[in-house]
Amino acid sequence: MSNSLTCDVVVVGAGMVGAATALYAARAGLSAVLVDRGPVAGGTTGSGEGNLLVSDKEPGPELELALLSGRLWADLAAEPGVGGSVEYEAKGGLVVASTPEGLAALEGLAAAQRSAGVRAASVGPDQLHDLEPYLAHGLAGGVLYPQDAQVMPTLAAARLVRLARTAGASLHTGRTVTDVLRTASGAVRGVRTPHGDIHAPAVVNAAGTWGGELAALAGVSLPVLPRRGFVLVTEPLPRRVRHKVYAADYVADVASDSAALQTSPVVEGTAAGPVLIGASRERVGFDRSFSLPVTRELAAGATRLFPFLAEVRAMRAYLGFRPYMPDHLPAVGPDARVPGLFHACGHEGAGIGLATGTGHVIAQVLAGKTPDLDLAPFRPDRFPRADAGADPDSAPAPVEGP
Amino acid sequence: MPRTPLRLVRARPEPSFTVTFDDRELAVLPGQTIAAALWSAGVVSWRTTRGSGEPRGVFCGIGVCFDCLLTVNGRPNQRACLVRAEPGDVIRTQEGTGHHE
Repeated sequence: MSNSLTCDVVVVGAGMVGAATALYAARAGLSAVLVDRGPVAGGTTGSGEGNLLVSDKEPGPELELALLSGRLWADLAAEPGVGGSVEYEAKGGLVVASTPEGLAALEGLAAAQRSAGVRAASVGPDQLHDLEPYLAHGLAGGVLYPQDAQVMPTLAAARLVRLARTAGASLHTGRTVTDVLRTASGAVRGVRTPHGDIHAPAVVNAAGTWGGELAALAGVSLPVLPRRGFVLVTEPLPRRVRHKVYAADYVADVASDSAALQTSPVVEGTAAGPVLIGASRERVGFDRSFSLPVTRELAAGATRLFPFLAEVRAMRAYLGFRPYMPDHLPAVGPDARVPGLFHACGHEGAGIGLATGTGHVIAQVLAGKTPDLDLAPFRPDRFPRADAGADPDSAPAPVEGP
Repeated sequence: MPRTPLRLVRARPEPSFTVTFDDRELAVLPGQTIAAALWSAGVVSWRTTRGSGEPRGVFCGIGVCFDCLLTVNGRPNQRACLVRAEPGDVIRTQEGTGHHE
């Protein structure tokens, strides 16, 4: 069967990043085809919390991408019918420290973030309960980040796909990309699927945690590794947690390179009522088995922040695999090794938030414009080539070459 | 004789006991879930949704869907299809989250 399609760009992966890339590409006047082996939001997008955060990022390229993305999210949410349909809430983040030393470190981070354009307000221990009435007593203080926001990620991906289709993009779910087609000179000329080839001079790898596999089909290496996280979901409650609230240790956990388990409490209410409790990080490959020790740590951490949660039932837990890159930066932009190949993956736990900025700059490059951000720090070929035969999760330092 | 689940498995249950459902006494056979006891008494709806107040009762019946929630002995959001009725249980319909706003 050969239903050959021709378009300007094929976006592989209908998660949040692929949806945003297809949207901005279509709005830039390109004919875009979005293809996924599963459904929309079937991978990491459908198993996260929907955080749009600047608070957990140190000054640098990722924070710049987060600030750009936050502005674009606000623009999208202001479009008719969009904000409510994706449960966009510009509710702000509250980072709390339990000790004076922790607070000093947090204040130091906030000062650096302020000089990079982040709004961050110091909150004294007496003011914490004005912001979060149910917060534990005895905390040293915190920092409020009004730019932190939240969406319901599955709804957001679906909505952005719909907006992309309105702008002329097409969606093909249930189609596995089995090969990236290349010309004799090595440039991309499309993708192969069991339902036929899709021809395009540009292919965007938005395959998230599976981005390394797609890169391999195009003949290049990209060290994307799964970093597992669990989320606990409580019974629906009246709104008792107003902001995204998390402990200052979270930032250190995000930046950690360890494969071992880290947990730090992250608590937030949702528009639908349940409270979501994260966040754990461990590199255990694609192991989907439930872990009672991890979820127990999550529950204990959340209860330390919000003691009332001790009386609340957790209804369920879910897990997902963040696309982890060894230097904690995503791969965004053209791949110098293969003309026509672009990457938009490896955002670890920040892909929902960073999706808009990522899609926007990719569309700018596709349309021949200068992107709003310098993409050099996100270059996909910045890693030394990993040993192709090694199991990356068995080695402590996965990017080191032989 | 009507074909009832009790007859089909030739059950010989212990004597029934009582629970209250919104202050009304119901007879329950030992081993029945609260959902089974309510259905046996002809009650099929015991919760209203958080958004629009729509009636809800058992949907999946196996603990997955969280539609059959109600308040048991003061504790909200119990799944009627999983919780076994105990003598003297005080069972109440649940509106919204079941927690005080």
